[in-house]
Amino acid sequence: MARAATTADAFNAVAEPRRREILDALAGGERAVNELVRVLGLAQPQVSKHLRVLREVGAVDVREDGRRRLYRVNGRALKPIHDWVTSYERTWSERFDELDVVLEELKRKEEGDGNDD
Amino acid sequence: MTTSGTATVTLPTDEQILITREFEAPKHLVYRAWTTPELVRRWWNARRGEVTVAEIDLRVGGQWRYVLVAEEGFEVGFHGEYREIVPNERIVSTEVYEGLPDGVSEEEGATLNTATFTETDGRTTLTILVQAANKVSRDAIIDSGMEAGMQDAMDLLEEVALSLR
Repeated sequence: MARAATTADAFNAVAEPRRREILDALAGGERAVNELVRVLGLAQPQVSKHLRVLREVGAVDVREDGRRRLYRVNGRALKPIHDWVTSYERTWSERFDELDVVLEELKRKEEGDGNDD
Repeated sequence: MTTSGTATVTLPTDEQILITREFEAPKHLVYRAWTTPELVRRWWNARRGEVTVAEIDLRVGGQWRYVLVAEEGFEVGFHGEYREIVPNERIVSTEVYEGLPDGVSEEEGATLNTATFTETDGRTTLTILVQAANKVSRDAIIDSGMEAGMQDAMDLLEEVALSLR
């Protein structure tokens, strides 16, 4: 297929609501699994499972710190998703800005006609 | 200052994209602008070129087709079929990107889009839920965005990506 596999994979990984919660929780900085368990109120196996998926697509990185494993967000891996969402959002925003202009006209016309349509 | 609101895009599930925007107008006007070809030509261009085709056969089973010729010269086309129409309230239609990758059938690549118009105090909230049949068609949407030359947001994105760190 024409697309870059990593883009779609990261999309897939990030689209899952729980995994987005994990990414949100990591947005403020590194955290260990047990901290994530506490913050998110999920069971440890669940958190570990989601972290594994996120790691496979490179959305999070992990490093050893003594006996702890610390996870953090990998902004570079998430960039394709943000690229896409942002450009998609921008396209629609620009359409809607134009639509605002059309709507202003329709409103004026309706008021001018004095009918109740 | 006029509120030139931004569209909000979220990905509720693997196969869904949700677009939301509020308008300073009653819903019958938003609906009219959404369903009248001469008006669609004026706003669907997203300031990227000219809408050369805006065909709307607004009845269940009727077809629609929009084509944009971008300033850079390339053409982007979409078409589909209306599945459900509740005037001023809701339109359900299929959508197929006309540049689907080789090997992806229209059936696989189609999305089911639900546009909902909700009015509160004279303002209208428009939501568009794009439901892909599977990841293949979701990816096709992503590709269509990429191919339509919409990667001009790169600089902004750097910031977004950095803010994630």
